[in-house]
This record gives sequence, C-alpha cells and structure tokens, in this order.
Amino acid sequence: MKRILAILVEDRAGVLTRVSGLFSRRGYNIQNIAVGRTMEPGISRMTVTVDADPLTVEQVVKQLNKLVNVIKVSDLTDELSVGRELILVKVKAEPGRRSEIQQMAATFRAKIIDISPDSMIIEVTGEEQKLQAFLLMMQEFGIKEIASTGKICLLRGSKVTRELRS
Amino acid sequence: MKLSGAQMVLACLEAENVEVVFGFPGGAVLTLYDELFKKGVKHILTRHEQGAIHAADGYARATGKPGVVIATSGPGATNLVTGLATAYMDSIPLVAITGQVATPFIGTDAFQEADITGITLPITKHNYLVKDIHEFPRILKEAFHLAGTGRKGPVLLDLPKDLQVEEGEFDYPQEVDISSYKPTYEGHSGQIMRAAAAIKKAYQPVLYAGGGVISSGAHAELLALSQKGAIPVTTTLTGLGGVPTEYALFLGMLGMHGTYAANNAVHHADLLIAVGARFDDRVTGKIDTFAPGARVIHIDIDPAEIGKNVLADIPIVGDVKLVLQEILKRLRPGDTREWCDRVLHWKKDYPLSYQQKDDHCLKPQFVIEELYRLTGGEAIVTTDVGQHQMWAAHYYRAREPRTFISSGGLGTMGFGFPAAIGAQVAFPAKTVFCIAGDGSFQMNSQELATAVHYNLPVKVMIINNHYLGMVRQWQEFFYESRYSQTSLEGSPDFIRLAEAYGARGLRATSVEEVAPAIKTALQIPGPVVIDFHVDPAENVLPMVVPNTSLVEMIGGWEK
Repeated sequence: MKRILAILVEDRAGVLTRVSGLFSRRGYNIQNIAVGRTMEPGISRMTVTVDADPLTVEQVVKQLNKLVNVIKVSDLTDELSVGRELILVKVKAEPGRRSEIQQMAATFRAKIIDISPDSMIIEVTGEEQKLQAFLLMMQEFGIKEIASTGKICLLRGSKVTRELRS
Repeated sequence: MKLSGAQMVLACLEAENVEVVFGFPGGAVLTLYDELFKKGVKHILTRHEQGAIHAADGYARATGKPGVVIATSGPGATNLVTGLATAYMDSIPLVAITGQVATPFIGTDAFQEADITGITLPITKHNYLVKDIHEFPRILKEAFHLAGTGRKGPVLLDLPKDLQVEEGEFDYPQEVDISSYKPTYEGHSGQIMRAAAAIKKAYQPVLYAGGGVISSGAHAELLALSQKGAIPVTTTLTGLGGVPTEYALFLGMLGMHGTYAANNAVHHADLLIAVGARFDDRVTGKIDTFAPGARVIHIDIDPAEIGKNVLADIPIVGDVKLVLQEILKRLRPGDTREWCDRVLHWKKDYPLSYQQKDDHCLKPQFVIEELYRLTGGEAIVTTDVGQHQMWAAHYYRAREPRTFISSGGLGTMGFGFPAAIGAQVAFPAKTVFCIAGDGSFQMNSQELATAVHYNLPVKVMIINNHYLGMVRQWQEFFYESRYSQTSLEGSPDFIRLAEAYGARGLRATSVEEVAPAIKTALQIPGPVVIDFHVDPAENVLPMVVPNTSLVEMIGGWEK
C-alpha cells in the first residue's frame, strides 16, 4: 500500500544520503522522493512515497526519527491532504498536429512552454491519475522525454505538519 | 579563547573527563598527535587501528564510559569500520576521531583520502565531517552527548588536516540542544500500570533481559523484579553478568545455544517481559514460533526496537532502569509457584553438560570451568567469536555486570584480545582474561606488542582445537562433514609467538595441566598466552536447529 511521508530535515550536507540510504539498507522501496526548502531557514522538506504495509511504515517512521538530522516525520496518507506532481513532457509535434495537442493540453489545464519545429514541451500539474491520463493521451503523438518533480503534499485546512518557530 | 582544531579536541577530551585514548597516528592526524604529545594525554598505541577501536570498545564495555579512538585518514579510517559496526550492533558508546585530507583536497581522490562519513553512515549512530572550525566545539559536544545518551552507540568525527591547524573561538558548550534528538527516559505511566497488572495476572511469566540492562545499570532492579515477582529470568549473550549466576531463578542464556530451561521457559511462557533486548534471530529462532503463547511486555529505550521483530502487547519506551523502578513500585506478584517449580525442574534435570573422560583429550568446557573456579568468577572476561565464545557464555558464569565482554550482534572474530587490552587499561589491578579461539586470536594477535609495550597483564586463553570450530560444527551438522576451509593448519606455535613479543607463553594439553597453567598465568605480572589444546571434535550443545522453534534442540544433557 502506498504511504506518503512528509519528512522535515536539517538542511545539511549528506542528509538526503542519510534518508535515502536508510530506506535502501533496511529494504524499504522508495517510489518517489521530492526535496525542497521550507519557510524556515536551514530546514528542508522531503516528501517520500513508499509502498509498504502499515507495520513496515511504522518501522520506517521510527527508523527515520532516529536519524539525528531528521526533525519530524508525518504520515500524510490517512490525513486530508492535497498532493501534486509537476511533469514536463516533450512531445513530438509536427506542424499538422500542433492544434490537436494544444486542445488536449487545454483540456488538462496544461501549459505549452516551448515549441520547436517538430516538438513541444508541455507543463502539467496534478494528482497521479490525471497525470497518467495526460501521458496516455500524449503517447498518441509520441513522447520523446519526460521529467517529473515527484509528489509533494500539504495537509488541508489550517493544520500544518509543524508550526513555524516565531 | 582561541584554539586550533587539534587543541579543541584536547580541550574537549579534558572537559569530558576522558582518561585515555586508543589510536594509531598517520599523515592526516600529525597535528593532533603533536598536541597530544604536548599535553601528555594518556594514549595507547595499538598495532592496528582495528585493535585500537576494539580496545576502546572493551574500555567502554568495562567502564560504561565512552571509549575514544583516533585514526588517520584513508586506510586508518577504513580499518575502524569493523570496530564501529561491532559497537553499533551492541550499542556501545564510542567517539572515533579520524583525520581527513585537507579541505581543498576533499573529493579529489587525494593521497589517503576515503569518504569515511559516507562509508560509516549505516554503522554509526551519527557522524560528522567538520567543514567549519566555528562549528567544531558544538560538534565535539554533540558527539559525546550522542554516543553516551539514549540508545548508546559509536559516533565518528572526520576532521580535515587543515582544520586541525586553523584557529577558532573555543567555548565548550555546557548543554546540548539538538531539536531532533530527545531520548525518552521515563516510561509512560499508563503502560507501566498495564505492565504491573499483566504481571499480577500471569501464571507463567519469564524475564528476558538483554544488553540494555547492562547499559542502563538496571541489574539490581532486574533482580528485584525477579525476586519480588517470583519470575524466572534468562539473559541474552550481551545481558550476561546482569543476573548473579548463583541466583536460583536464573536460567542462563536463551537462544540458539541457550539452556533447556531458558528456552523451554520462554516457549511455554504466558507473559514475556523483554528488558533492553531486541529479539535478535539468534535469540528467537524461527520468529513465528517464538514464545507462541505469551503476551509481550517490551521495555526499551529505542522506540524503533519495539515492534521491529516481535509485536509487543505492552510497549514501554524508556530507560529500563527507570521503568523497572516504576514497575517495582506497583508490583503485586502473581501466582507463579507451580511455574517456578516446573522451570526449576527443567534447570535441574537438563543442565549444561559435557564429559571429561580421560586426561588426554581435554574438553574446552573443562578449561573454562577451571578458569571460573580459579578466579571465583571475579575476573573480567572477554571473548572472541565462535565455539569458545558459547562455552565461555555457558561455563564462565560472570557474576557482575560489565565483566563478560563479547561481540554479540556483529559476531566479530578478533574482538576479544584488543577488548581485553581496553578493559585492562580501565582496570589495571583487575584480572582480565581473553577467552579466544585459535582462529579468532590470529585476527588480532599483533596486539601482543601493545600488551607488552604497556605491560598490561592480560591473560589470553586460547581454546585451540585447530579448527574454525563453529563453522566446522555447522559443516558437520548441516553439510555432511565436508570441512571446507576450516582446518587451521599452519598456525604458529603460540608459546613462541608470545615469547617473540616478549610475553610469556604456556601450554596445557591434559586435564592435570589446566589448573597449574591458569595459576601460573595469574602469578605472572605481565601478559600471558596459554595455549590449551582441546578436543577438536567437541561441539557446542545444546543447539536449536536453525529456523525452528526454541524447543527443537539438539541435546547434550542426555549423554
């Protein structure tokens, strides 16, 4: 079962290695990882999607909490949260098919951010199902390459995983 | 106060009351060793970095204080790896300081460069590569704090050569503030009440105590709980010494080479109270058949241990000493009379046994029993890993905590002798014996030079069966006696080896030579190696068949 963990870490050299190394050496499989800064200087947020049963996830969380640079681990899976992933898709686009692609992109609220004589780059944001559907449609035109950010997540409403230190 | 990085290390050692460091110099720690020289810090020069870190580990296990080890960059640092892993597995507090190539050279494959923080990531509690001299005082303080608090463990500091010279303001912090590191010491009061209630209701309870009891100094509380609750108690290898051996309800060690009484008690228990133990596979056997009818109370300072291998009905995170004290306050004993009778019958009817038939084929167990008899169990004993280690666990019945020192989790051959050196440095007046195998001893026998150099009167007792005995035993049982690469032909004459270093060497090959050899060794004021030639065919029994339940044992008592 897929679980989504939000991990707040100290922004120091080697922290990503410590976290990802822990997953691999304890045999947990990371499906997805996204890292970025937070509002607090010196603190980064990792969003990790891991496929494991609840007991294994409990163990993952405990082991993560033992890492000295890990400040907080929250399991967002059962919480009300919103998650998004951004994908850049480079798709084949002969002049005759451009408008078709543009229409499709509009349906998915995707943006065309680069056009060349025979290809386009499209930026699309959303949840996994929408992105899958979009990629399926783009395959008809021929996908040359994609890059994705990995999923990021926030709790709904005013709840936060950690209050800002004033 | 302005200090150089090297001076900061020395100032920190002073502030942390470190009385001795173990180490081996080299290019990337020259400045540090120069400060050491100027300050006159007590330093034990081993002959291999692995010897240094095992010695620091032995010192830590014997005293409870963090052991400190220094090594140079590259190969010096990588030679610490086995020692770090050993300490990590058994939760032993160590601070390892390694030199690193100068900051501008990091990442260039410079001479004697190795990414030691990368290499030791999975085998240290935490590690640091120091990049800014201004952070160094905080890092030093944190290193000692992390090593010696919570679930203890090794911490490594990698200090580049240029930072040993560079100066910075040194104001050693009194307090540590790591927002993400706050170990829980007090147990949850509700859980403690539930535990006390479960003990009251239990008819067949067993205490299963591990190294955490030694680490937190909870031996008195453990004994009190066993006595007041009338609860039989068994320990793991690393828990040995945590219960007085003559205590009636002490069942000995459990697990793969556990006693009949201990394994049966755990198997038939209705309540298992795990105290500072981690349900290691050498303890549980096949996990789904371990203590099948028992509710489990699991007390441990590390929340990640709880539920890792065995689900706990009543988990209690906290320092085992404090938790046991709270349980004791609320303890009302259950009715365990019938159970204790049954367990004591097992203990009486199925003791550990061997037969010393004639005096020409010396049994290893007899040698260790004689050591126990002649030292009154008052020596500090370290072991290597293998058959002799299990016989030591069975027959050297350590009476006091921190007097039985053995590599449990990692099972590191070559650990015992340097660890004995560390223990002897900690307690110069105590009798320290290393019970070694002929295979294990040869993994760090170069430390004879260290023992001679500092005139450390460590006695090494080689249980010499001319084989890598434990592997040979498994080959006999499970590989149809195909003894692949386990015969140790070409081993040295251990007497002459000892003498070459300037130590004394003795030998015993028959029953009547054993006691005189041990007595002679005890009278010699310096290091001694005693070579006991024992029956090569002897096996460690009882033994739980791998991947079965604890009660499916190959015997030994029925002979």
